[in-house]
Amino acid sequence: MALSQAEVLAGIKEIVEEVAGIPAASIEMDKNFTDDLDVDSLSMVEVVVAAEERFGVKIPDDQVSALATVGDAVNFIVKVSA
Amino acid sequence: MIKVRPGSHSRMLSVGAYQPSRIVPNSEIVDKIDSSDEWIRQRTGIETRHFAEADESVLDMAEAACRQAISRSGIPIEDIDTVILASITYPYQAPSAATALIARLGNPKAAAFDINAACAGFCYGVGMANDFIRAGSSKYVLVVGVEKLSDFLDPYDRGTAFIFADGAGAAVIGPSDEPGISPTIWGADADSRDAILMEPSWNAFRHGAPDGIWPNISQQGQTVFRWAVFSMSKAGIRIMEAAGITPDQLGAFIPHQANVRIIESMAREMKLPESVVIAKNIRTSGNTSAASVPIAMSALLEEHPELHGRLALLIGYGAGLVYAGQVVQLPPKY
Repeated sequence: MALSQAEVLAGIKEIVEEVAGIPAASIEMDKNFTDDLDVDSLSMVEVVVAAEERFGVKIPDDQVSALATVGDAVNFIVKVSA
Repeated sequence: MIKVRPGSHSRMLSVGAYQPSRIVPNSEIVDKIDSSDEWIRQRTGIETRHFAEADESVLDMAEAACRQAISRSGIPIEDIDTVILASITYPYQAPSAATALIARLGNPKAAAFDINAACAGFCYGVGMANDFIRAGSSKYVLVVGVEKLSDFLDPYDRGTAFIFADGAGAAVIGPSDEPGISPTIWGADADSRDAILMEPSWNAFRHGAPDGIWPNISQQGQTVFRWAVFSMSKAGIRIMEAAGITPDQLGAFIPHQANVRIIESMAREMKLPESVVIAKNIRTSGNTSAASVPIAMSALLEEHPELHGRLALLIGYGAGLVYAGQVVQLPPKY
């Protein structure tokens, strides 16, 4: 069953807060992981691994670098969960 | 009916370590890889590491660590009947480093062999030592992890030059009235064996590898990081389940010192309480592959003598990709 954008965003917020220590309130769809949230490439891998587990999806290595914003990640997960 | 010899429980009696005297700060590495001290610290936690001198060998380092472990154990060298040496940087195919080591230590009749399980080597060895003693094949086993990775590093490789380092660590494992070492949880993910490599092969080098490159270590950092973050905390949980303990019973967590970010991620995923002391010896030692767990254990016991006799979760993982780990009772006070 496809996941909703809202539930994936809520999950991503929790994951990013836990992995990178960034308050969930400051995490929005248009935020860039690197420039706005200061999530470096290693933290991004941790976020991806946690998101895969939580949402039961696969995010291949070659897709990770294309996920620039929180919205990119949320939409990718919604799409592959369909 | 074939006779069997009853074995016994086993435990670690001592640990010893040796690190070369030359301390290499990040500032000595960064120029060749267009990096910075801050970047290396932030990505790996490494501040300094030890490099052996050109004339300081794998055997020199192994001998120093073993002599310390043997002396701390109080077990005479002639009573040690088995020596397992883990390394990927001993520059001879044969005979083994372990046989050279027992000759130097003055016990040339012991059973001795090398294992290659890369950064998991020490934990593979601890598992074997425990099983040998339990099966009655051995009584006292010396397990040593030793690496001179500076001999196999490309100082211009931006993926590895700042990570790997030199050193040795050893433990004496012997019989015990109570179980002091849990079952070993181990395995591999060999589909990803290209993620950490030493290339070219000796044959390719002999026949003229491109640019005459001497075999050196390379790794796909992100692939390894992802595998470690995803799989090793799960392995850690399985190890604790096999040992029949919960995280709050641990005194210490002593994982392979690959990257401080992996160590912290594993601790978080395994929900280790704050009471568990976490070894982060990588900050001043770098990644010494098979030597990292015993070096970290020896340093941790010097810093936290109250941990002697407490339970520690060990886990090693590396090229293969392979992993192994167990819960051990840390050695008693020396």
